[in-house]
Amino acid sequence: MNLDLGDALQTFFAESRSLLQEMEEGLLRLETAPDDAEAVNAVFRAAHTIKGSSGLFGLDDIVAFTHKAENVLDRVRNNELALTEALVGLFLGCRDHIERLLDITAAGAQMDADTRQQGEALASQLSRYMGQSAATLPAETDAPVHHLGGARTADDTWHISLRFGRDVLKNGMDPLSFIRYLGTLGEIVHLTTLDDALPGASEMDPECCYLGFEIRLSTEADKARIEGVFEFVRDDCQLHILPPGSRVADYIDLIEALPESNDRLGEILVACGAVTQRELGESLALQACESARLENAQPLGEIMVERQIVQPELVDAALTKQKEARQRQAQEAKFVRVHADKLDSLINLVGELVIAGAGVGLMAARNKDSAMMESVSGMARLVEDIRDGAMRLRMVEIGETFNRFRRVVRDVSKELGKDIDLSISGAETELDKTVVEKIGDPLTHLVRNAMDHGIESAEVRLARGKPAKGTLQLNAYHESGGIVIEVVDDGGGLNRERILAKARDKGLIQDGDHLADRDVWNLIFEPGFSTAEQVSNLSGRGVGMDVVRRNIEALRGTVEIESREGAGSTFRIRLPLTLAIIDGFLMGVADSHYVVPLDMVLECVELNACTDRNEGCDYLNLRGEVLPLLRVKDHFSLKGRASRRENVVVVTAAGRKAGLVVDELKGEFQAVIKPLGNLFQRVRGISGSTILGSGEVALVLDVPALQDEAARAGSAGVTA
Amino acid sequence: MELSSERHENRLRLHAAGELTIYHAADLKPALLGALDQGDDIEIDLSDVCELDSSGVQLLMLMKREAAAAGKSLSLSGHSPAVLEVFELLGLGGWFGDPQVLPAATQRGEA
Repeated sequence: MNLDLGDALQTFFAESRSLLQEMEEGLLRLETAPDDAEAVNAVFRAAHTIKGSSGLFGLDDIVAFTHKAENVLDRVRNNELALTEALVGLFLGCRDHIERLLDITAAGAQMDADTRQQGEALASQLSRYMGQSAATLPAETDAPVHHLGGARTADDTWHISLRFGRDVLKNGMDPLSFIRYLGTLGEIVHLTTLDDALPGASEMDPECCYLGFEIRLSTEADKARIEGVFEFVRDDCQLHILPPGSRVADYIDLIEALPESNDRLGEILVACGAVTQRELGESLALQACESARLENAQPLGEIMVERQIVQPELVDAALTKQKEARQRQAQEAKFVRVHADKLDSLINLVGELVIAGAGVGLMAARNKDSAMMESVSGMARLVEDIRDGAMRLRMVEIGETFNRFRRVVRDVSKELGKDIDLSISGAETELDKTVVEKIGDPLTHLVRNAMDHGIESAEVRLARGKPAKGTLQLNAYHESGGIVIEVVDDGGGLNRERILAKARDKGLIQDGDHLADRDVWNLIFEPGFSTAEQVSNLSGRGVGMDVVRRNIEALRGTVEIESREGAGSTFRIRLPLTLAIIDGFLMGVADSHYVVPLDMVLECVELNACTDRNEGCDYLNLRGEVLPLLRVKDHFSLKGRASRRENVVVVTAAGRKAGLVVDELKGEFQAVIKPLGNLFQRVRGISGSTILGSGEVALVLDVPALQDEAARAGSAGVTA
Repeated sequence: MELSSERHENRLRLHAAGELTIYHAADLKPALLGALDQGDDIEIDLSDVCELDSSGVQLLMLMKREAAAAGKSLSLSGHSPAVLEVFELLGLGGWFGDPQVLPAATQRGEA
């Protein structure tokens, strides 16, 4: 297929994908509530629109397949067919197939044999629901759109708007011959000749062409062939072709594109082929004289019904279509579709602005210019607001990601033969778009894992006195400047003994080691670790839990596990809200600068020389609490003068506290986080860098990693 | 192309013969419009029109409109097969509103 992948086509793909999403949501809703007429309509509408727009781009494969699905959907909609679970499953399969076809088209590839076969299988399943048995209707799949009930429906009818240029006749071409030729492609159901452009007698040049035509053509030809008819006059005429089943918006666009100004409703009715221009004219005239008699004029639609020019259903349909179009427009007005790149460059600029602002602030402070410092602080506040606003632009609700899992849970539970409910909370929690994109894969793995290994089969559950139906929860909420995502199952929980045995096998731990529960659970994140006795096709996908942890850590996040034998486990992922700009706390160690996210800082205390300066004792008595200390200077092997007074910055992450021993506290600082180069990827304890107002570089400390170090050092100190 | 006229009482009857096409459009326009000035009730007999194209259709439409604007009546009669074919194709039977002696016209319910 030779496609010009223009903007319109890209928009089509984007639109179709979101329609497919709607379709899936509708179908999943129907699975639990098969009588939900609104959902049936939503699914039908989605399929119908995809078919219509695909036709516009001449994507015959998609049109043909979607048409079949739509026919069955139509029967469901008309209550001719009960919506069974099997049928919902079939429609979900069809949805996936349409998605595949879209992907293939988007990639500019040809349909491969597998996909074709799948399509044929689905189509023959669909045809079973069309009241004919599959046997009498053997694989009628390669036929283009096939018609049911013999009669052509309005859905095969193309709408063609034709306005000939003035010079067509002089160039030796007769518009009539094009229309005659068009007639050979199919049946001209209706044709209206427009003389609106015909001027008065004195101005009219008999050798110029003033005619326009609105044509309803019923044909199986595609858009390219219809366009081909007018190839010789392409430059000399205005041609608009609307495929069968076009959206109202397309007709409205058409009306707006056409030179004639006409009552919009009238135009839609004309375009629908429900009335002709003449009937419309009469109705308009009638409305005019009626309104002279009556104070409130009857709507045009009603007059037409009264005079029995159109059937009420047609007017209703046209009116609903108008309303729909208006609603759609209102919705469009609420959202602006912005390219993600533009947002990214805005964020980058704001980042630079923050750095530049810090530079100005520094200068003002250095010059001790108090007026200047005042203006700078005013500006700094504004910059902060701009930063927050810009960051919010990138924030998206996690609900969309969560909703994807409804399908995953449905499919996997079918596959495993388990009955599992998904409950979602905190869908409105917002986080950075890039984080949302990257969290999908690890989450999928955790969800599959929980369903496969966590939740037991119904028999086991009943034996354990639990409801037969398993529950999986996805929760999201904000906590100390980050977002927490939980995957909770009410299954059997992790088996401590089995994990320990496996870890010993693998040589990860020694026989005599005593591990706390959380350390045991963390073992499952080690590479190549799997306790499942049998590897099902779910866990055999080549993505281990170690990859999950690595993905989450790449987002500067952490994952922890809570588990109780027999009661289920909770996988808790903590992620920073954003990857770009944070409020930081700046500290000086020797001659270097370090930043920790301000949200993690609990308090700062002076390291009292007399109590804790004894070497090798790396913990502090903080109001009766043991606080493991990490000497940043030692950790990064910094050389520099020993400062007279050291400070402890008490930080918390994932519910654990630790103290960072630093030389100098420099206070709050807006940090624009820049990723570290590949060279530093392996350095533990550093998650990024940032540039200070002075141009110096500060390193962003990775608190969870440092905590691990501190805890290890602490416990080493205790045992030693 | 030939255009002749004759009077029947108040009615001016124009008889068009031959081609109503682009080749004659330039001559046809003044001839037809001129006839419009000569009477209030005009009939154009199309029985001997052997070819009609877009320019001819335009002229007929122009005539109809000009006549209506001037408060005169203009009717077409004796549509030849060539004329009928074009009117059928363009759905113009209803536009002119003249009785056409043809079986095809009744098939087009909406025209």
